[in-house]
Amino acid sequence: MSERILSVLVEDKPGVLARVASTISRRGFNINSLAVGPTNIEGRSKMTIVTELESVEQVKKQLNKLINVIKIVELDPDNTIESEVLLLKVSINKDTQTSVIEKASLSGAKSVDVGQDYAVFEMTGSSKDLDKLENLLKPFGIIEMIRGGRIAIQTKL
Amino acid sequence: MSEEKLSGAELVVRSLEYMNISTIFGLPGGAILPAYDPLYDSPIRHILARHEQGSGHMAEGYAQATGELGVVIATSGPGATNLITPLTNALMDSTPLLAITGQVASEAIGNDAFQEAYTVGLTMAATKHNYLITSAEEIPQVLLEAKHIATTGRPGPVLVDIPKDILNQKVEWIEPKLIEMPGYKPTLEPNPKMINQAAELIKQSKKPILYVGGGIIHSKANQELFELATKFKIPVVTTLMGRGAFPDGNELCFEMPGMHGNYTATTSIQKSDLLIAIGVRFDDRVTANPKFFAQNAKVIHADIDPAEIGKIREPEVPIVGDAKSVITGLIEKLADTDLNTSDWLDELNQMKKEYPLSYNQEEKGPLKVPFVLEELQKLADDDAIVVSGVGQHQMWISQHWNFTSPNTWLNSGGLGTMGYSLPAAIGAKAAYPDRQILALDGDGCFQMTCQELITASTENIPIKIVVFNNGNHGMVRQWQKIFYKNRFSASELTHHTPDYVALAESMGATGLRMIEKSDVKKVFEKMLEIDDKPVLVECIVDPEDMVFPMVPAGGSNDVVILNEDDLKKL
Repeated sequence: MSERILSVLVEDKPGVLARVASTISRRGFNINSLAVGPTNIEGRSKMTIVTELESVEQVKKQLNKLINVIKIVELDPDNTIESEVLLLKVSINKDTQTSVIEKASLSGAKSVDVGQDYAVFEMTGSSKDLDKLENLLKPFGIIEMIRGGRIAIQTKL
Repeated sequence: MSEEKLSGAELVVRSLEYMNISTIFGLPGGAILPAYDPLYDSPIRHILARHEQGSGHMAEGYAQATGELGVVIATSGPGATNLITPLTNALMDSTPLLAITGQVASEAIGNDAFQEAYTVGLTMAATKHNYLITSAEEIPQVLLEAKHIATTGRPGPVLVDIPKDILNQKVEWIEPKLIEMPGYKPTLEPNPKMINQAAELIKQSKKPILYVGGGIIHSKANQELFELATKFKIPVVTTLMGRGAFPDGNELCFEMPGMHGNYTATTSIQKSDLLIAIGVRFDDRVTANPKFFAQNAKVIHADIDPAEIGKIREPEVPIVGDAKSVITGLIEKLADTDLNTSDWLDELNQMKKEYPLSYNQEEKGPLKVPFVLEELQKLADDDAIVVSGVGQHQMWISQHWNFTSPNTWLNSGGLGTMGYSLPAAIGAKAAYPDRQILALDGDGCFQMTCQELITASTENIPIKIVVFNNGNHGMVRQWQKIFYKNRFSASELTHHTPDYVALAESMGATGLRMIEKSDVKKVFEKMLEIDDKPVLVECIVDPEDMVFPMVPAGGSNDVVILNEDDLKKL
């Protein structure tokens, strides 16, 4: 099933994330990713919700009933730029250090902290690119990984 | 000139007065106590319930009877949690409700303080919207907004939680003004294109059915509906929440469809080629298994809540808008179309003749609820308001009572809240002291909120209560008979305890009892005569009686079980 991306403009009020999350779980909708942050407009935040539901119409309609939800747009995947941030801590030793750092940097990740037995990488990119990095470094032993949730913006006006 | 400062509590009371609220229902406690002090001097009538759940249902009854906002006030913690049932009930049945709850002081929030509950979190899924007040200045504005949200669009409950320190904060009164809410703009006027498409489908239809519900009543669109149906001779079925939206007794009215609907209403939908669904939500009690529901019909679905459209059934013509505007638009578009539905009406009337609702009241046998209801209606006022509990008696009332106008039938349709009847009747009587308010309840339901009989007596609210006592949770027993091989697990209550007559008397009401057919008329006459205090009539009825017709949950509306013998079909 293909993914659907909803861009949800909300009032920046206490509890709005809880309302959105509660509506999603109350109606039994599954989501792959949810990211929230401020926008260029004061008092407005944006949530990017990625779901694999066949019909997002019900999700949109139920979320639209929330008083603090202002507008919901489903993004067209062909005209959307998507990005996600990742932090990943991986085991290294003398033998693997060079190879790990090289592999990571070739994938587009930046090393932000390297210790004797670990290295931390940061990467921004499409979720597929982040998946690739994760798979690439898995054999070396990932200690911890965190991803920031996917955000997306339409390319056309 | 600067105004004198008022406390948050005074702002609450002044805001209610400002919004022309005349009656509120509630129960005080620690955190809300500051608000009860200015209430003492206010012209607003406060009705003191014996349990917060009762106060919530009273406010619902008030709102359902009047079509206006019902207001309930409670304290923090258990006060607020006890409101969750009425709030959810109001959400399901789209009843405009404002709940004001006290909260522990701002600085104690989150510390598990005495009588603290996370009210906003707990009621998030039980309200249309809710607020936590963070400064006293907000109070008038938020309360006005809350009323606006509760009473417009698809009505529903709104809760405003106010910490105790904020009730004591002194600020100036700032006159509230409705400002635009960027995320709340209900669509009232339907898209004319959709009205055109709907009118075209209606013109082509040979077997149209108006399938209408509570939305007609909320929108006060019953006259428009009457015009649409009678002008174009379109038969009407009214859902449980829509009873009274179109008058029973009219030749076009086929009354309630669904699980315990009459055969003709349920079957008319199955045979129809066009459902004109207005202010309904294709509830499972109407549709049974939606896969088999109205398979031959195209669907026009009009509702003020866009989320209802396509939720259960994808319509051919979706219309978002207020029922009144939708119907007015349809009448205009259809202009002088001649639909010629006479063959269709003949078919339905033939069906009605063949499969009437029936019951068998033996001369010396135990009382049957339908018989008792019909006898009561003969004696009751035409504008009496009937308030029901949930279960067998509720279905029998919906089947056998003739509802001729909106807001005369109050019940808990969506949530099915037992215990609703008595407190909701108190709310209705508080709104209409001069009308007959009949709380027709089952014994199981009555025992859930019967302490509110004290509220009725002490607040001088002379409602009439009929407790149909079959000594059982009747509908549970019926299901156990049909689906659980007569294994009556935990459904028996006994006929004799409590002694309802003594219970009524002890609570300041008059208690009467009817056992035999010959009692019915004279006991009801006596009940209707007494107008200075509440009256309770215990009506001992047959525990073996079952509600038919019946379509088992998840079944097909093509298979209607008409009577006990018919159960073999299952």
